[in-house]
Amino acid sequence: MVIEAPSRVTSEIDQRQMLLSIQNLHVWYELRRFGFGIVGYVRAVDNVNFDLHRGEAIAVVGESGCGKSTLMKTILGLVKPRQGQVIFEGKDIAQADSATLKWYRSQVGYIQQDPYGALPPFMSVRRILEEPLVIAGVKSRQERLERIHRVMEEVKLYPVEDFLGKFPHMLSGGQQQRVVIARAMILNPKLIVADEPVSMLDASVRVEILKLLRGLQESHHLSFIYITHDLSTVKYFSERIFVMYAGKLVEQSPIGELLKNPLHPYTHALLSATSDPDARNALTFREVPPGEPPSLVKPPPGCRFHPRCAQMIQGLCEVEDPPEFTPVPDHRVACWLHKDTWSD
Amino acid sequence: MNTLKRTWNEFRQYPSAIISLIVIFILLVASIWVVYAIPYKEAVRLWRGGEDVWYRLPKIVPPKWINWFRTKKLPDTIIFSTLDSPETKSYEPSGDGQRIKIAIPIEFNSDEYPQELSMYFFISNAEKAPFVSLRWMTPDEREIRIADFGLQGAKVNFRFAQDSKLRQRLKGLDAEIGLYSVPQSDPPQPLKGDYQLMIEIVTFDPNADVEVEFIQYGKVYGWFGTDHMRRDLKVGLLWGLPVAMAFGLIASLGTSVLAMIIAAIGAWYRGWVDDLIQRVTEINLVLPFLPILIMVGTFYSRSIFVILGVTILLSIFGGAIKNYRAIFLQVREMPYIEAARAYNAGDGRIIIRYLLPRIIPLLIPALVTGIPSYVFLEASLAVLGLGDPVLPTWGKIIQDAEFNGALYKGMYYWVLQPSALLMITGLAFAVLGFSLDRIFNPRLRGV
Amino acid sequence: MVSTNGKLLRVENLVMYFATLRGPVQAVDGVDFELGVNRAVVILGESGCGKSSLAKAILRLLPRNIARYSGRIFLHDRDVMQLSDEEFRQNIRWVEMSLVPQAAMNALNPVLRVGDQVAEPAMIHMGMSKAEALEAARTMFQRVGVAEDFLTRYPFELSGGMRQRVALAMALVTLPSLVILDEPTSALDLLTQANIFNTLKRIKKELGTSFILITHDIATSSELADDVAVMYAGQIVETGEAKDFFPDPLHPYSKMLMASVPRLRADQDPQFITGQPPSLISPPSGCRFAERCPARFEKCSEEPPVIEKDGRKVRCWLYA
Repeated sequence: MVIEAPSRVTSEIDQRQMLLSIQNLHVWYELRRFGFGIVGYVRAVDNVNFDLHRGEAIAVVGESGCGKSTLMKTILGLVKPRQGQVIFEGKDIAQADSATLKWYRSQVGYIQQDPYGALPPFMSVRRILEEPLVIAGVKSRQERLERIHRVMEEVKLYPVEDFLGKFPHMLSGGQQQRVVIARAMILNPKLIVADEPVSMLDASVRVEILKLLRGLQESHHLSFIYITHDLSTVKYFSERIFVMYAGKLVEQSPIGELLKNPLHPYTHALLSATSDPDARNALTFREVPPGEPPSLVKPPPGCRFHPRCAQMIQGLCEVEDPPEFTPVPDHRVACWLHKDTWSD
Repeated sequence: MNTLKRTWNEFRQYPSAIISLIVIFILLVASIWVVYAIPYKEAVRLWRGGEDVWYRLPKIVPPKWINWFRTKKLPDTIIFSTLDSPETKSYEPSGDGQRIKIAIPIEFNSDEYPQELSMYFFISNAEKAPFVSLRWMTPDEREIRIADFGLQGAKVNFRFAQDSKLRQRLKGLDAEIGLYSVPQSDPPQPLKGDYQLMIEIVTFDPNADVEVEFIQYGKVYGWFGTDHMRRDLKVGLLWGLPVAMAFGLIASLGTSVLAMIIAAIGAWYRGWVDDLIQRVTEINLVLPFLPILIMVGTFYSRSIFVILGVTILLSIFGGAIKNYRAIFLQVREMPYIEAARAYNAGDGRIIIRYLLPRIIPLLIPALVTGIPSYVFLEASLAVLGLGDPVLPTWGKIIQDAEFNGALYKGMYYWVLQPSALLMITGLAFAVLGFSLDRIFNPRLRGV
Repeated sequence: MVSTNGKLLRVENLVMYFATLRGPVQAVDGVDFELGVNRAVVILGESGCGKSSLAKAILRLLPRNIARYSGRIFLHDRDVMQLSDEEFRQNIRWVEMSLVPQAAMNALNPVLRVGDQVAEPAMIHMGMSKAEALEAARTMFQRVGVAEDFLTRYPFELSGGMRQRVALAMALVTLPSLVILDEPTSALDLLTQANIFNTLKRIKKELGTSFILITHDIATSSELADDVAVMYAGQIVETGEAKDFFPDPLHPYSKMLMASVPRLRADQDPQFITGQPPSLISPPSGCRFAERCPARFEKCSEEPPVIEKDGRKVRCWLYA
């Protein structure tokens, strides 16, 4: 295969305005022991870099412990990174003062996994939606009600009046998630972070909610970070996919390209492990890399996937951490298997 | 509102809860009425009073409804005053002054004799001492001469038992026995029927007037009886109610609410704030509660406000804080708290609007169940002699009773009445609290 | 006595209602299905369709507020519904049939070592001594793919996937003929899920066990399915062999369910199903899916019978 020199890729994605830039991000949790101070770090996110443009939807996939939740919390401003920058519209959120942080939080909406847990059970729907507005300083009651009505209509909870007085336990899972989405949208954010927004919903409702989110994303030109472990849904939802493993970003690519051509062995394993309903599945065994994700306190040296990798290169993978290579335009992978291709 | 309705529906299923609610309602209404009907100053006056307040009542007598349970009826206390019944006085001019005739009807239907007989004369505008004549009319038409004497001064007290001449006339019997007996009976038999005390006063000044008060000190009095200082226990028992309720409610409410807030602050901020609160709580749990209160009462002040304050202070940092903190720690991890932080809710707002509402269902039963303990605490301190020196409280009554050996002397009413009231109050709140607990607790599984 | 045609399990008209303050919940309302020896059936359905209750009904794990429990369950040609509770407990439950419950990994006792927990059923139901039972546990650990030295560990020392395997070992240690798995992989990662299914497939081959897999995860349902049964509102609406079902479901609900699943490798736009499943407290008369069914017609107001078509069964008037 001929390897082309990477041109500075000018696909249509680049032409959009840059919204969020994650640079050199390290988020480590301190491990303290009483009397001993800091005994170690949980290296939840280790040297992650990526860019997100306005109106772009990306998916972050990985298994538990890969760092995607921590990444998300850092982007939301709930956790402070140890090192690195989270640059949103030119301002570094990681070092922001409280005024900037307040402004930032009105620009980012958060949709959580558990629709029931995400809603305070003692507040009515109207109260739940009013809270962000009150905190953001929207003083006029009239204006708040108008905005609530508008957002309820967008998430298709009709008739609005009926739902406003209800409490979370009176709603179905799908309806609860719509309220969560409404709450995320109510401050007219530019970016939405959705953490497994449909995994706790029934199969038939999932699609409905995903389509709703897609519709909102398009109509409001929102940027979306969609975090999931369900690879089947990503292609209905996002343009680019980021694969995380053990705190590192191991592969970034447009969706179509990744599904056709997964470059990292871990991505490959994930795709093989994803089932489509097919009777032949019962007759075959799937290839699964042995072992478990590594501890984030003492990650293995070199490439973090190497202990489980069938294609490990002796003498290289267990020694040095691979940088990102770009074997195919716009498709980056942190794997020594592609060391003979270009890197940035 | 829906939750309120649902709560009420569940509540209705427990008959004990309904009964306790009714009882508490009665107690509350009664407390308010007592404070209104017998204002504080009046209550203190009646309780601390002095001879002039208490003189009309007999000493240590049970309430008059005792007679319903007795075959041999005890004589009631009769207080007759011309000030209250001026129509019994008749005036006739006589010389420079007047002749005042008063006939006091006395009904005697008991099987035992009164404790004492006494009369008070209040003389006004007399330069020369008026002269009074006392006669006793028995139901069997005998007239007994009691005494004749002059009234020197503005206030004269005639005690029937002190007059030796009367005693002689009654063949050595005490006045209160002799006047009411069948003649020549040995041992003396009470003669039941309608008696009359005839008083004739002659004044020698044109404007002189005399008011007369006759008191038959019976062996029962009123609905609640009296104590060793001749105080009507009504004052103490009734006023004890608002005191007990107020103490119990304020202590319980104050403790619960403050414990809740402090637990929330500790659980939310963690770090040294939480550590500090926990250490203080742990130390406080080890300290002996009652002995400290006793020390405060003995060495510092017995004022009920001081005791209330110290009680609340010591109770806040107790087991409740640990309970609430445990729940807050769980609630803190809930997704909606994280979401609130994501839409920029401040710490204070999260604590007040997101954490505290979760704990209210737990708080309310604890609050109600705690009231009896504080009521009993106050009573216990009073029994130990450390009660508020001014206020009439149930504990104080029990303490007086105990001090005067009430149980040994068979004056059960003195102890039983305040105890019964304490028990009813305590029980009512406890039962209500348990019912509330049963209703509210399942909800907490969804923390 | 009715024979079960060589089938391991035959359920006939199983009914289980719970008593609640608002009326009886008709969780399992006349369920019929069969399962052959060494076959696996997946019971597909969404939340609230009664599938977990079905598992409990088969194993007679009845709650306190049971309102009605009837039907026939033939295991190896024997109607086990006729047995007393004690007989059932001694001879059937965990001897012939066992259960890996939902969130099994959280169902492990946190204060006991996992080896002891797996050995316990062997001691109770097979009368083994502690040493023998631990040996059986060790063998079973090997089969499910957990290293031996975990026998002496506590649940909190194991990862989620391993705990699920331990729960599986606990269900298998008495070598039952049938294991019911209730949402075995719902909280697990993708790779761990694949691993667990690999393990299940291996055990099915090695031990000849039959499985009933209860799940709402359509995508993974085909991993361990020889047969499929679709459940809706307390009833089974379609059964058939997996090779017939997955390419071509018959019942409108099954069709819509399969169409709502996003697929990794196929390029189809998933469709969602409008409306909500009916309440199990007062299910509608007639076909319970009629309200949401795009193919509904007047006959649907009558309860449809079970119709056989090419060896498959459908509860739908469209096939009458």
